[in-house]
Amino acid sequence: MKIALAGNPNSGKSSLFNQLTGMNQKVGNFPGVTVDKKSGFFKDAKGETVQVIDLPGTYSLYPKSEEEEVVREVLTNKEHPEHPDLVIAIVDATNIKRNLLLFSQIHDLGIPIILALNMMDLVRKRKRSIDNILLNSRFNVPVIEINARTGIGIQEIKNLVTLPLAAPDRIYFENTGSSGNPDHDQRVETLERYKFLDEKLKGIVHDPEKINTTLTRKLDPYFTHRIWGYGILLALLFIVFQAIFSWAEWPMDLIDGSFQQFSSWLADILPPGIVANLLTEGIIPGIGGIVIFIPQIAILFAFIGILEETGYMSRVVFLMDKIMAIFGLNGRSVVPLISGVACAVPAIMATRTISSKRDRLITILVTPFMSCSARLPVYTILIALVIPDELIFGVINLKGLVLFSLYILGFLAALIASLIIKQFVKTGEKSYLVMEMPSFKMPRWTNLSLSILEKTRTFVTEAGKIILSISIVLWFAASYGPGTAITESQKAVNQLAAENQWSEEMTQVKLDAAKLQSSYAGHFGKFIEPAIAPLGYDWKIGIALISSFAAREVFVGTIATIYSVGETSDELSIKEKLAKEVHPDTGEPRFNLAVGISLMLFYAFAMQCMSTIAVVYRETKGWKWPMIQLAFMTTLAYVSALIAYQVLR
Amino acid sequence: MNASELKIGESREIIGFSDDVLSLKLIEMGCLPGNQISLNYIAPLGDPVCVHVEGYDLSLRKSEAASIIIQ
Repeated sequence: MKIALAGNPNSGKSSLFNQLTGMNQKVGNFPGVTVDKKSGFFKDAKGETVQVIDLPGTYSLYPKSEEEEVVREVLTNKEHPEHPDLVIAIVDATNIKRNLLLFSQIHDLGIPIILALNMMDLVRKRKRSIDNILLNSRFNVPVIEINARTGIGIQEIKNLVTLPLAAPDRIYFENTGSSGNPDHDQRVETLERYKFLDEKLKGIVHDPEKINTTLTRKLDPYFTHRIWGYGILLALLFIVFQAIFSWAEWPMDLIDGSFQQFSSWLADILPPGIVANLLTEGIIPGIGGIVIFIPQIAILFAFIGILEETGYMSRVVFLMDKIMAIFGLNGRSVVPLISGVACAVPAIMATRTISSKRDRLITILVTPFMSCSARLPVYTILIALVIPDELIFGVINLKGLVLFSLYILGFLAALIASLIIKQFVKTGEKSYLVMEMPSFKMPRWTNLSLSILEKTRTFVTEAGKIILSISIVLWFAASYGPGTAITESQKAVNQLAAENQWSEEMTQVKLDAAKLQSSYAGHFGKFIEPAIAPLGYDWKIGIALISSFAAREVFVGTIATIYSVGETSDELSIKEKLAKEVHPDTGEPRFNLAVGISLMLFYAFAMQCMSTIAVVYRETKGWKWPMIQLAFMTTLAYVSALIAYQVLR
Repeated sequence: MNASELKIGESREIIGFSDDVLSLKLIEMGCLPGNQISLNYIAPLGDPVCVHVEGYDLSLRKSEAASIIIQ
């Protein structure tokens, strides 16, 4: 038995889905489209397993977006693998006529249908009433009062689905398509349906008084005020940003530490060899690199969930739509963009709240320009190296100013990129705002936790695969070299160590450097040297560029290894060591102002993050966009680093 | 006159639409000819606007509101 849940957005459809399936749900794809498919199962009153699919929310079966197209396709195409045996139409009783429009359209498809009347508690609170029994007899379909928040009516649904339900016996309307203008025909048909519903609802809905002094009415003037509105929004965004930036820090450190400990413990007990290396240096750090994102993803989605569930997100869109539309973005792009300052991975996952396909795509493409937290260690070390400790006007610290400018640069790059991409991305879909402003509600905590769980699971399983594969490739490239290159270079180091009586620690540091230099990554660094020389980089920096493709902050560690700094946690020693590094041709410091600025610009603009690529792949459901994004970001990074170096040197 | 010309608190009857494609969406969302539409409030930058129709609140861009013809 397969059933589908259909209903308007905000009608409580997802809550009902959660009530029915609990933990037995998963997210997949509808074939051929970039729409998520939420499905699950439950046991009916007879103990039989019932498959449930939660269709995207829609106001009608005449689609205006890809998501709505999926609803139409699933319900009208009997050959569709998801075509249901039964539809539960969820109707928001506070707005019954509009909600019944979709019900009446599905009714006419000839699929057995149950009408689930939700939010009756709100109807009663407003001193209105709806006669269920009359509703039942007028429409001749089972009507169940449910409360998707508290679970009322769930058992009745589980009983009802065990009974044989016949398809509705008569059809209300058919779109004859007589005029040859589909827009016209659909409009005529919709108006006819409303007229029909008006008739049917006579005597069913009692609405004695119109109450307009709800809490929402009182709060909205503040939330959409030109000062208070933006003030509240800014404060909330600041809290979200702080939370992903700092609250996530200790669980991330904990995860990082545990994986390192596990790796070294495993290295101790396993016999040395390729298997031990693969496990302790490739696979376990690779999995650690996936798990480390979980705190940030969970925290961001907890906040987004609260913003959505309470109805505040619609006010964000209302406040920001005009500003963001200039850049081809959407009011909803604000949250992903701000979150991108902490980390692009959860931020890109957050674009799912943007309903316009085009606006969502542009937001995904530009979010990685926002200066994420992984860039910070790279900026810090480069600024420490090349920017002098000076005060401007006696008060502004030059180093601080440079760091601030890099953040502003990222933000401007995101906006300018949106303007440019806007010209190229045409989906043929006209951008509408028309949206319901839901009344303010308390968040439903079970919905919230299920949504966090689902987002995390999706990331780990889908983006995780790609992150793990790339980590293993990068590990291999840095650990193995062509032929006997590594063993020979290490032999040479050992010989030097014996001649000069190096300490054990010093020898190990030099051995690590020799290994990396003669590995495939090292060879590749030398191979790309001609390409990066105009940017002021040598092959050693080339190796760091390649290995930091895993994550930007890896740059610091790789640079430390390659210049034999030793203990990488000591920032000061890296800085001192790098400051002493001289250019073989000029005899000047290797990391001068030109190279430093060139590298900062490169890291500001380049994609340099496999996790972001993996998550863009997951969110756009294909390799096309992540590859285009990688190409344009790398090109922009290369060109700006080139110009900076050539002008400054 | 059209719905983008409403004053805050003013309520008028919808009589038709000037945009063929958008009108269907508006109708589906409850903006039916014969229904009352009233302006709740306007976003700080003058756009979008929030209207009340058929018992609930709807936000739409000014250009979209302009396609709703009112009495």
